Parts: sequence; structure tokens; C-alpha cells
Amino acid sequence: MTAIDTAVAARAKRGSRIPLALLLPALLGLVFLVLPLAGLLIRAPWSAMPSELSSAAVWDALKLSLICATSATGVSLVLGVPLAWLLARTEFPGRRVIRALVTLPLVLPPVVGGVALLLALGRNGIVGRWLDSAFGITLPFTTTGVVIAEAFVAMPFLVISVEGALRAADPRYEEAAATLGASRLTAFRRVTLPMIAPGVGAGAVLAWARALGEFGATITFAGNFPGKTQTMPLAVYLAMETDPDAAIALSLVLLAVSVAVLVGLRDRWMSTP
Amino acid sequence: MTTPSLDAHLRVERTGFSLDLALTAGAGEVIALLGPNGAGKTTALRALAGLLPLTAGHLRLDGQTLENPAAGLHTAAERRPVGVVFQDYLLFPHLSALDNIGFGLRCRGRSKKESRAEALPWLTRMDLEEHAAKRPGKLSGGQAQRVALARALAIGPRLLLLDEPLAALDARTRLDVRSQLRRHLAEFDAVAVLVTHDPLDAMVLADRLVVIEEGRVVQAGTPAEIARRPRTDYIARLVGLNLYQGVADGRRVKLEGGTAVTIAEELTGPAFVAFPPAAVTLHRSRPDSSARNVWELTVAGLDLHGDQVRADLTGPLPLAADLTPAAAAELDLTTGATVWATVKAAQTHAYPA
Repeated sequence: MTAIDTAVAARAKRGSRIPLALLLPALLGLVFLVLPLAGLLIRAPWSAMPSELSSAAVWDALKLSLICATSATGVSLVLGVPLAWLLARTEFPGRRVIRALVTLPLVLPPVVGGVALLLALGRNGIVGRWLDSAFGITLPFTTTGVVIAEAFVAMPFLVISVEGALRAADPRYEEAAATLGASRLTAFRRVTLPMIAPGVGAGAVLAWARALGEFGATITFAGNFPGKTQTMPLAVYLAMETDPDAAIALSLVLLAVSVAVLVGLRDRWMSTP
Repeated sequence: MTTPSLDAHLRVERTGFSLDLALTAGAGEVIALLGPNGAGKTTALRALAGLLPLTAGHLRLDGQTLENPAAGLHTAAERRPVGVVFQDYLLFPHLSALDNIGFGLRCRGRSKKESRAEALPWLTRMDLEEHAAKRPGKLSGGQAQRVALARALAIGPRLLLLDEPLAALDARTRLDVRSQLRRHLAEFDAVAVLVTHDPLDAMVLADRLVVIEEGRVVQAGTPAEIARRPRTDYIARLVGLNLYQGVADGRRVKLEGGTAVTIAEELTGPAFVAFPPAAVTLHRSRPDSSARNVWELTVAGLDLHGDQVRADLTGPLPLAADLTPAAAAELDLTTGATVWATVKAAQTHAYPA
């Protein structure tokens, strides 16, 4: 038998004997993840779905959710990509502290984020008071407030993703661009950004998904006004108390959106590494 | 002599390394910086390109001062009329070959259409027309090298820098690309500086070699001069010579360890003496030959060098000897064996140190 044959045989043999101590928890884990989704699909009031989903309130909530999540992603892109560049490509004192601060919303309970936003941007907040008196701008309990709350929670996902892509990109391409006459900004725009586009895309989708599902910071900072600040997750939570069937229907819509995102990203994340 | 086109004194101080390199060149001249790894070749190139600031010294190009740390002057890389061909080319992977060449033109304010129109003749010059739309990933090594060269030349640089231009190519492509590069460099009317650790590349491509070791110039001159009169072990090994330094007294050069080498010409004072490995004859017993240079040595290693066996010998005069595989077999050479080496005085070459 050749060495290759032996190796193939060994792998086949190893594959045929999966240790029970690994297999059992693995299957349990799988069931744990899939069962709730199955429950949602099984208990869904399929016959009542058309009427449940035809109500204007559902579409208002969905529309608001999509608009706010997309706006929050836009804000995250405009502010987060330069921030990621700063973290990945420049050296300044306290860079590590700044980086830790940027990632803090990742681990911070969203409700705490909402409270913090109120204290900063609320009518009596440190910045909010000034915004109110100087410009008459009020952010909390408005649709803009929803976007701010979602961006606060979602932007770190984008920053981390883009920073990782930047660190993986060879900075010598920027040097090559410089020798050809490109300023640092031009090099970033024409060379770096196209090269890290997949990372920016992945980060944007991640941030968008996070913003779409955002609950805690939104309800704390923006409240729960139908048509104005009531996004899908808020609507689901509220419906659960009055009309469980409507809650299930709304949940299914969110599930469908999530699956659609996952399918859109299958090349990136669902392929076996 | 008129003022040189390139007038540089590059001084870069970093922890554990310092570069101190004076470099001048006239328009149309091709200079090769040759040296072992870590000698500071790439540092010098980056300093010329403006990617690494000088600690001291100056850099003038066509009479214009680009950098002078004493006066606080540092022209940024993007403002220098300097083109660079990087070792692994660094072609932008998301742009076609044509747009890579047009990149520098676009940075100078040309529209996409204009930059393409101006980049096209470069593709023609490089015989790459049919590859215009290809991304760098689809180009062969030799094609990528030519795109990189065209990209650097398209901005009309007054100084062209090439970092190990042939290192990324396989042996077969190398020959072709080397002769093409030689042709393109000959057509280039400004100064070209190339960095290489390959003496053959340096000798084929450059008009003048500057050999640097540990950040300092150890020898400069035409390829022929350097090949004939190497001044350090590194260069001697590069050009395939045994090289020794000693004091000449008539027809003998006395080396430091007390060994003497008989030479053909009359010479006095500090001197180098060199001879090629092929000039060494090996014997298993003490020969009765007329050769004046006879040493008893030990075989430290044997390896195949082309179609010759290169014997590495140690003893009073460490040297390399070349012999045919048949001769090596006949002598029954093995590592550790004792041999007698002879070199005819007429085969040596001595020159003042």
C-alpha cells in the first residue's frame, strides 16, 4: 500500500468513528439552534398570514425598520470606514485605548447604550441641551433618534470588519500609488478602498443586520411610537402581549429578511473554509 | 563634467543600521546598487523614492533639491518625478493592465479616457496590446514586469528606480526579460537606479555598479573593472574569484597568516591577489609541478556548480577550486580528505589595494 492509500484509509477509518462525547453535544447544539426556528414555522398561522400582514401597521414597521437600518448603515459607512483607516494605518498615542472604546458598544448591553445616548443627546443631555437651544434640534423619540441608536450599536461591527480588511491589505500598494503621484486620500480612494471592498461589504451587511434587529437602545432612546420609532423588533415585542399571531407573522417577516441576507452572503461565510 | 542629473548623499540612521551612500549619475546612465541582503540597497531606493525620510545628506535631481533635512525640506513621494518598479511589482489587482499604466496619469488630473489614450502606446511598446484588459492576476510574470515598468515610465520620471527587477521571475523568463529590460533602459533618457543582489543582472543592465555592504560603498566602477579587480570577499565570490589581501614585495604577495602567493607581475605595497577557481589544480600527493604556489589543504565541502564540481578547501589558504566530475572521482575527493592545490603564477592577478 502506498503512503497515500494509507493516509486515505486512515482518514476514512477516523471518519467512521466519531466519539460519542463530541457527537452528542454537537447534535444537541444543532437542535437547540434549529428548534426555535422550527417552532416559529410550525406554529405560524399560515392561513391568517395574508390578513395579518396586510395591516398597514406591519408595513409601516417594516418600512421604518428598513429605512432606519439602511440609514444607520450609511452613517456607519461614512464615519466608520475613515475611523477604521485611522486605527489601521496611523500611529498616535492612545490608539489602543481608542480602539477599545470603539469596540465597547459590541459588548455593552444595548439598553445601557440607550441610556448613555439619552444622557448625551437627550433634551437635558450634555450635547442635546445645546443642540436644542442653539438649533432647536431634538433627537430622542424621533426617527432620527432610531437611526442614531442603531448606528451606535451597529457601527463597531463595521469598524472591526473594515479595520481587519485594512490590516490584511498590503500597505505597500499605497506606497506604489504615492510613487505614481497619488496623495494619501487619492491612494485610499482609488487603491485601498477597491481592494478592501469585500471587507467593507461584509461589515456593512453585518452592521445592517445588527441595526435591523436592534431593540434595547432604540426603545430606550427613541421610544415606541408607531409609524415614527416603532421598528419591527419593537412591534414584535408589543404584539406578543396583545396578539401573539401577529407577533409570529412579524417574526417570520424578520426571519425571511435574515435568511435573504444570509443567502446573499453565502459565498463569503457559508462556504467551508 | 557638467552637473550630474542625480546628485544624492543618502544618510539614514535607524536603530542597528545606518546608511551613508553618495550617488551621482548623469542623464541616461544606469546605476546598479549591488550588495548582499541587509546591505541597505532597498533602504537607499526607498529614500530616493521619498518613502523613507533622510536623516541627513541631500537629494538633488536635475538641479532641483528634493530633500535636504538640514533645511527641513522633504518632498513627498507623490510630488517627486520618480518612477518605481517594485520587486513584486505591486500592480493594482482591481485595475486592468491599461488602467494600471494610466494610474499615474489619472493622478495628474487626466480623465479616464485621456489616461487610457496615453497609456495605450506604452502597451504597444511593451508588446502587451492583447493584454490591455487583463487584470494583473491573469498576467504572466514577464508580462506583469513589463506592465510595472510601463506604469513607472508613463509618468515621465526623471529618475527610475527598480527594486530587484528580475527576482520574481523564473530562470527561463529571466533571460528574455533581462534583455528586454536592457533595451528599455537603453531608451530611457533619464537616470535609472536598480537594486539587485544578482551580479549578472547588475553587469548586464548597468553602466556602473555601486557595491554596498553594511550601508557603505565598498566599491564602484564599471562592471568590467569590478569583475577584474574585486575589493571585498563578497564581490570576489559574486564574480567567482578567490581573493586575498596582503603586502606585495616584488613577485610575491605575503598574506596575513604568513602564507605567500607568487604572482606574475612586479608589485610592491598593499595589494590584492585574485585567481579563478578554475585555475586551481588538485593532487592527492605533493606534486613535482613547476607551479610556485603549492598548498596542502583539506576538503571542507563539495558541490555541483554548473557542470563542474566546486571544492571548498580550508587550510593555510582557504580557496575554491573547480574541477570536472571525472577528475573529482579520479582523485577520490571526499570531505575531510587532504589534497595539494597548485596555482600557476601566470593565472593570478594582483593589483594595488
